[in-house]
Amino acid sequence: MSPEHRKAESRSPSIKLEARELTRVVDGVRIVDSISVRIREFEVFVVVGPSGSGKSSFLRLLNRLDEPTEGTVLLDGVDYREYPPRELRKRVGLVPQDPALVDGSVYENVVRGPGLRGEAVDDRRVETTLRRLGLDGYAERDAADLSGGEAQRVALARTLVNGPEVLLLDEPTSSLDSRAEARVESLLRDLSLTVVLVTHDERQAERLGERAMRLRDGRVERIGTAREVVA
Amino acid sequence: MSAVAQAAEFADQFRDPVLAKGVSQVATATVLAALVVGVSRLRGLDLERELGVALTRGLVQIVAMGSIVGVLLTVDFVWSGAILLLMIGGATWISKNRGEGLPGVVRVSFAAIAFGAGLVIVVMTIAGAIEPTVRNLVPVGSMIIANSMQINSLALDRFRGELRSNRAEIEAGLALGAPPSAVIAEHVRTGVRASLIPIVDSLKSLGWVWIPGIMAGMILSGENPIYAALYQFVIMAMIFGAGGLTSVTSSLLIGTYVFTDAEQLKEIGDATDDGASGA
Repeated sequence: MSPEHRKAESRSPSIKLEARELTRVVDGVRIVDSISVRIREFEVFVVVGPSGSGKSSFLRLLNRLDEPTEGTVLLDGVDYREYPPRELRKRVGLVPQDPALVDGSVYENVVRGPGLRGEAVDDRRVETTLRRLGLDGYAERDAADLSGGEAQRVALARTLVNGPEVLLLDEPTSSLDSRAEARVESLLRDLSLTVVLVTHDERQAERLGERAMRLRDGRVERIGTAREVVA
Repeated sequence: MSAVAQAAEFADQFRDPVLAKGVSQVATATVLAALVVGVSRLRGLDLERELGVALTRGLVQIVAMGSIVGVLLTVDFVWSGAILLLMIGGATWISKNRGEGLPGVVRVSFAAIAFGAGLVIVVMTIAGAIEPTVRNLVPVGSMIIANSMQINSLALDRFRGELRSNRAEIEAGLALGAPPSAVIAEHVRTGVRASLIPIVDSLKSLGWVWIPGIMAGMILSGENPIYAALYQFVIMAMIFGAGGLTSVTSSLLIGTYVFTDAEQLKEIGDATDDGASGA
């Protein structure tokens, strides 16, 4: 790690999420290779890199949808394998690139987290979240009739309604028009959440990210301020 | 029964005068089958060899099976359980091909068929619907086991398809911190429903689209047609009950095997070519 990176790391007042030598090997290929990074509480941390560099695989490991082959992740300083998987995933919410909505209304999709856990739904939170994402009046719409961009925003609302402390976003604006993209970016800035954002859009990385990490072939190529990394 | 008596009874099967009648019937049926071979040759279908082999093989296999059943029927009643267990083992082996690619498929198939078919056989034997003799238990039990096997195969095949085509949706649910059983509940239901469609359709068409084998056999042997119909319904209900229990057990059990301890969805393989035609 360069001195520049160490400097960026050392400024962290409170570390929310920390990957330690995080590695995932599939069929003999190290798709995520010894990634170590500390992510501060309430910061927007951006991950960039070419296709196949391991960005999405890294996010899946942070949510523990996949098991690390080596290394681990600390959440609030505790090894995440010590948390029950459901509690961990509720606290570290992942918004996948494919919204993967289920048959039914937008409302049914947005409350899917608490619904599947048999918990009460906070309808006020649902309403506020939909409004902030520009989805006023969408609650009763059939999810099958949504455009790609609308479905992507519903997927983001679904994770936000679940009440995460850390938000993992995989290309959350790839299907959005510029207006909807601006709205989502504004929301991400205003959220009091720790955000890890995977994006191929380096301008977006600069606009949103405080710090960033560039991956190549599963390895960290560079970590620093967003401006330094995308330069 | 002693081994000598069993051997004598086995040999007696081949001295039964009814066999001569059977051979003449086989000859007539073979002439009709030979006509198909002739048509194949005339029309250039190039199926003569395959048809010939299939007919010969079918005859040899079924006569061999008849002889084995003859021996099985001479053993003591206490052996019925072992014979049925062997059949469940065979059914598991065939059924697993349909679920190829699903983790734990052999254990799940065996447990599901043994539970579904076994429970119905035991309950109906205690209730008197199946006579507690080898001659009744083995053929009726085999019918129930075979149908449970088919239903289990259908359930596993459909469930695997559901998991493969809905992986993103299932993982999106897991990523929200939902219990795996709740995330796949709809897919389990779909698998169970799909597996029961053939037996439900059979029940609906019972009596007016088709007259099943047991009822036809009982009528031909002079049994009261109403009683034959009632007994046929009992058989169908047993098949339905065993199949339903097998399907539900199989789908619920396999649902626990497809996730890791950390509640991650395992890789679900594709069916092999063998699996596609295995059941």
